[in-house]
Amino acid sequence: MKILPSEITSYTNYLNRRKFIKSSIATAGFLGFSGGLEANHNSNQDVYNDQLDENDFLNSYEDITTYNNFYEFGMGKSDPYKNSGNFKPKPWSIKLEGLINNPQDIDLEKLLQKVTIEDRVYRLRCVEAWSMVIPWQGFPLSELIKIADPLSSAKFIQFVTVFRPDEMPGQKKRLLSWPYVEGLRMDEATHPLTILSTGLYGHDLLNQSGAPIRLVVPWKYGFKSIKSISSIRFVDKQPEATWSMMAPSEYGFYSNVNNLVDHPRWSQGTERRIGEFKRRKTLPFNGYEEEVSYLYKGMDLRKYY
Amino acid sequence: MISTKSFKKIKPLIFILIFSPSIYWSFQFINGSLGVNPIEKLMDNLGETALRLIVLTLFISSLSEYKKFRFLIEIRRMIGLFAFFYVCCHFLTYIVLDHFFDINFIIKDILKRPFITFGFISFVLLIPLALTSPKKILKKLGYKVWKKIHYLIYPAAILSSVHFYMLVRANKIEPAIYIFLILLLLLYRLFYKIIRPLLVR
Repeated sequence: MKILPSEITSYTNYLNRRKFIKSSIATAGFLGFSGGLEANHNSNQDVYNDQLDENDFLNSYEDITTYNNFYEFGMGKSDPYKNSGNFKPKPWSIKLEGLINNPQDIDLEKLLQKVTIEDRVYRLRCVEAWSMVIPWQGFPLSELIKIADPLSSAKFIQFVTVFRPDEMPGQKKRLLSWPYVEGLRMDEATHPLTILSTGLYGHDLLNQSGAPIRLVVPWKYGFKSIKSISSIRFVDKQPEATWSMMAPSEYGFYSNVNNLVDHPRWSQGTERRIGEFKRRKTLPFNGYEEEVSYLYKGMDLRKYY
Repeated sequence: MISTKSFKKIKPLIFILIFSPSIYWSFQFINGSLGVNPIEKLMDNLGETALRLIVLTLFISSLSEYKKFRFLIEIRRMIGLFAFFYVCCHFLTYIVLDHFFDINFIIKDILKRPFITFGFISFVLLIPLALTSPKKILKKLGYKVWKKIHYLIYPAAILSSVHFYMLVRANKIEPAIYIFLILLLLLYRLFYKIIRPLLVR
């Protein structure tokens, strides 16, 4: 779905501050107008605001959809926004395969009838030391895992981005090894914070954001949250992941946001929140330590970065 | 053939041409039209311009050996100083806008992260070049000493292109081109200045 430019600018006006949002009835009208959603994506700003943590402000729809790392559409931050026009996110199906009882090609429309779309306002922390706050719509990955019904031997999940060089110009170049793959350990995948997102700000995901369906794992660096997922494989060993294959010393399999483990290129101690001038201190697990640290009990996170 | 004299006339034009991007980006920065992450964008633009100008001075040095291109030497100092200007702006953006004078952090960053270490050394190497650029100082030092100092441009150029190479996450073609060009020009100089005279003798 294309968003009119006029519609986008209206977003920049309505964002960020609760007071402003609450009084902005006109903007709510715009949101209601967007229509044609696959699932009933919530566009009620009050719901987003209730989920905002203290000191966090939502980033604007424009910021979120014009500043992306999605090398399938080019390496520049605005490339995905500029070059993703030919990508066709509909119709879509996801292949469930590997160590499961119900291997299948599941149609996205049908899948969305089986799940309940929820609102999740998450911080997204890029390994490049910038961050945003994004109101996602999606459903827990665990619901899809239930449908797949994994065998007890399935310990990890690998995700694969669709490979369509004709629609994704970046895939014609050898920027990375295509298709992009990522992985999670089963307990990370079933963690309630881990979602598959189909929308943000009440709109279906735009192509540059990983339409029509992407992973969001808020306590890990952004590159773990793989976009435009075409297949999900249940495996017994730690699967390969694109960036950690390419530079294993820089990107680990876990890639939890960790202010204590620096990347050779970026200090991970601080981050620039998009839209702010002074850097913020990066929080362990991107501020989700309470919810997720038990997953890594006893692990040396300097070794398993 | 372009004469040095006629080339001098367009020097102000070249000055404006090279200076104006910095003005334009500053305006865009203040204006809020430098994209979603304006500090990063500004720093990238300034750094890349600096590197391009450094490579340009190397080209000028080699080309101006030929009679046809002798006139180019007329703008080498200016371009070199502009390269230093853009390097300074790049470094100031890092200190002021990116880290807002968090000196402890910056020192650690320079020591710890090789790509920043390289960039910083390159900046330091360029300082004596800028300081010795006035003609008066050239005369005081004598051409031989001056020239030796100005050979620092080669390590500075290599370090700054490696700095760029290490920063880029994937598809390192562009920084690789800069490294290649710099090495090529260095080899060319080495051959003509050192190896060929030996052979001829």
